[in-house]
Amino acid sequence: MSSNVKKFMFVNRKAPYGTIYALEALEVVLITAAFDQDVSLAFLDDGVYQLKKGQQTKGIETKNFSPAYRALEDYDIEKLYVEKEALAARGLTEEDLLVDVTVLSRAELGTLMDEQDVVLSF
Amino acid sequence: MLHIINKSPMTSVSLESCLSSATGGDILLIEDGVYAATRGSAVEAKLQGAMGKFKIHVLLPDLEARGLGDRVIEGVSPVDYAGFVDLTANNKNCQSWL
Amino acid sequence: MASIEVNGKSYETDEEGYLVNLSEWNPEVADYIAGTESIQMTDQHWEVINFLREYFDEYQIAPAVRVLTKAIGKKLGADKGNSEYLYGLFPYGPGKQACKIAGLPKPTGCV
Repeated sequence: MSSNVKKFMFVNRKAPYGTIYALEALEVVLITAAFDQDVSLAFLDDGVYQLKKGQQTKGIETKNFSPAYRALEDYDIEKLYVEKEALAARGLTEEDLLVDVTVLSRAELGTLMDEQDVVLSF
Repeated sequence: MLHIINKSPMTSVSLESCLSSATGGDILLIEDGVYAATRGSAVEAKLQGAMGKFKIHVLLPDLEARGLGDRVIEGVSPVDYAGFVDLTANNKNCQSWL
Repeated sequence: MASIEVNGKSYETDEEGYLVNLSEWNPEVADYIAGTESIQMTDQHWEVINFLREYFDEYQIAPAVRVLTKAIGKKLGADKGNSEYLYGLFPYGPGKQACKIAGLPKPTGCV
């Protein structure tokens, strides 16, 4: 890795389907993966809902894009951080999520955000 | 009267505004509003408390899309799109808390 | 909207020739699209096409070339999981061409 590798963090704070943010973020993440940067994804607030297992979108006739989070590994994106407080406030646990993640407190996520060269917000 | 809420209760005051100003009737949770109808969330108690005054419905296809079709709070009634239409037809008016 | 006609049935495509309705795909359509790309389908081509369709089924995305190459190497062996082999089969890019033939959308991150 050369010295021009930057730390990119995508901060996801929106629930899927209700708005376009989650899907747009995912697409940008997949594109960014081609540039061999140090990419991480953080899921805060309603963003944690993006990773909920068992999404079935047939009824709303919308593409279910949640399986793509499981392909992130193939794209060498392995740093997924989820806000602990956000899970708790929504009655969710790590077992409810469709990928392996690192659960961090809000404060820890804030520190991690500080360490980034680029933060992209969705 | 029918009140429709399409915003997440964790990121918008739509649900709170509705509960505190509406006098009663039907509430229908749709889109990101359906998160309010799920067990274990921080707004569960608020919703429970409103059940005496309102009849609360949730649009099931929106819950299923979000992977939460199996977590509806007891007392909230799931409806499909036909049920949505019935609610609008059976109420004399409707307010969407956008 | 553009379309192609295969065995008397019309299929909607975008302006670049990708199928609009992924569910309409069938092997005859694949053969036809391959023809428009000047590709004669062989078992080796089908192996990649089938792999892509399985990948899409599982993850709902058309993988980028780099990801496809790596994933094929993992599943079908290193002799197939390399650019030389895949570009040999799909000269104008395994991402673009193979995805089109497989009835998938253009790969995400394909610039």
